[in-house]
Amino acid sequence: MQHLDGNVLAGPLAGLFAFDVTTASARCAGCGELAMLAQAMVYADAMGYVARCASCDAVLATVVVESERTWISLQGLSALEVPVLREDEAPARTL
Amino acid sequence: MSRRPASWHAATVIAVAPETPTARRITLDVPTWPGNDAGSHLDVRLTAPDGYQAQRSYSVASAGEGTTVVLGVDEVPDGEVSPFLVEDLAVGDRIEVHGPLGAFFVWTPPAPGSTPAPVQLIAGGSGVVPLVAMLSAHRAAGDATEFRLLYSVRAPADVFFRAELDASTGVEYVFTREAPDGWATPPGRVTRETLRTLTVPPEREPRIYVCGPTPFVEAVANWLVELGHPTANIRTERFGGS
Repeated sequence: MQHLDGNVLAGPLAGLFAFDVTTASARCAGCGELAMLAQAMVYADAMGYVARCASCDAVLATVVVESERTWISLQGLSALEVPVLREDEAPARTL
Repeated sequence: MSRRPASWHAATVIAVAPETPTARRITLDVPTWPGNDAGSHLDVRLTAPDGYQAQRSYSVASAGEGTTVVLGVDEVPDGEVSPFLVEDLAVGDRIEVHGPLGAFFVWTPPAPGSTPAPVQLIAGGSGVVPLVAMLSAHRAAGDATEFRLLYSVRAPADVFFRAELDASTGVEYVFTREAPDGWATPPGRVTRETLRTLTVPPEREPRIYVCGPTPFVEAVANWLVELGHPTANIRTERFGGS
């Protein structure tokens, strides 16, 4: 299966977090690599999404979106680093 | 710039036009759209009469304020959503869109008075769509940042948004299957050497955005690192087929 990347998770995870979680830095519980969730390898199929570490391929997170609920496992994430936003700041940062 | 929360919107198709032999430009009127940063995407949801739903992500070719949203959709053979969008969707049709999405693969104008690094855009095929939005936003802002685009595309007829690209400076094409008459380089894929000669060198510390099919993005990103660009300066967006 052709993988995508974590950018595709912005839609399924919108509304579940108070910010765009794809720009959060995620630490892989397997190898310790720290990378933005947008940079994870994401395998998508009709069931949902599996995000894997771009460095060691360990499963970071699983998202299943159904009409009545969204189910999320963050089993392979040991930490999430989230930028603090003030009201007057834009959430997006150019590099 | 204000935050633009993502939500579902009802969109009405106000124009469709062939973009390439396999792709179409779709213009939507989305009265509740909050505007979008250049490079962001949206999810399209289609619902069949029996209730079956299919959802796919598409980059937005337009940027900034306004409620007109432009998409460039390439038809993926055997796909579930793109053949409908390219062949069947008609003016007046209503679809559901979720957005704007994605704060990672976006470009926003630099703060006044700053001296930003050059920006190098690299596109494979329809991956040029979000990069066209960045070029347009850059031009609309009157921003002085140096912008360059390297666009890998099958043949001249497959170029997306040609008028917009012709209006931009610093656009380099790599034709992979068929080049225009008299083109200096025979058709061929992008290589590390192509990147070395046609993109901003690492010494100038460009910010780099790469968008295209997964194998293209991964090859290009690896070569950029080999050429000496720090990974922190490279932003990528991959797409697959369907």
